[in-house]
Amino acid sequence: MKLANYFILIIFCAMMIFGTLSLPNRGDLDTNLNRKISPAGTPNAGVHYIQHAQHDAHTPNMVTVTLADYRGYDTMGETTVIFTAALICFLLLRKKRGRNDQES
Amino acid sequence: MTRKVDNPIVSLVSRLVSPFIMIYALYVIFHGHYSPGGGFQGGTMLAAAVLLLRISAGSEISQLQFKKSWGTRMGSMGVLIYFGTGFLCLLLGGNFLDYHYLAKILPVSDVMARSWGILFVEIGVGIAVMGLLVAIYDDLLEGNPNA
Repeated sequence: MKLANYFILIIFCAMMIFGTLSLPNRGDLDTNLNRKISPAGTPNAGVHYIQHAQHDAHTPNMVTVTLADYRGYDTMGETTVIFTAALICFLLLRKKRGRNDQES
Repeated sequence: MTRKVDNPIVSLVSRLVSPFIMIYALYVIFHGHYSPGGGFQGGTMLAAAVLLLRISAGSEISQLQFKKSWGTRMGSMGVLIYFGTGFLCLLLGGNFLDYHYLAKILPVSDVMARSWGILFVEIGVGIAVMGLLVAIYDDLLEGNPNA
């Protein structure tokens, strides 16, 4: 049984390494990700952000512009997720105050 | 299981370090336009500064710095600031979260209004993350006599 576990583990490792072999190098300009026009013939979104971030919002950090301005809905959702998590902790773990319990 | 140990070195160092962590957290939030950082990172560091005193001095004493009931309120306030910025843009005639239209009430140009809108949103996120992380910690320790 233990041998079978190791066998499965090695097979999955080999599959993952085989999958990463065909990934493009980091910063490769010829990949579809970094081209101005995607293979489908439409302009890539990232190129637009890089070219227009400074001009649109006068903010040198284009990551901030992308997170809070172009993708504002996404950051709003993240904040709501944290809020929901804290609210669920509040509902589950906070001690319920009984009728006779007068402590504030 | 957990026993509170009164160590003067630990309490003194945490008391000294906590305000500096807060200052650096504010720097991370407000300098997010020019360097890596932003609301989430700065808010987490603000919460870390509060939790440092929570852990070292105990929950009872650290209520003087940050009350237990403030956590959820601050979190709600931060989320409200974010949504309020969005709805303010909606009221001023633009789309939701279209900071461009904040220039109608701010004394800056259209382009700078977007920068200011980003700042408002980051402040909201920072307040929300700080309050909610402290609230989660307090909820987890609810009813623990040694906390």
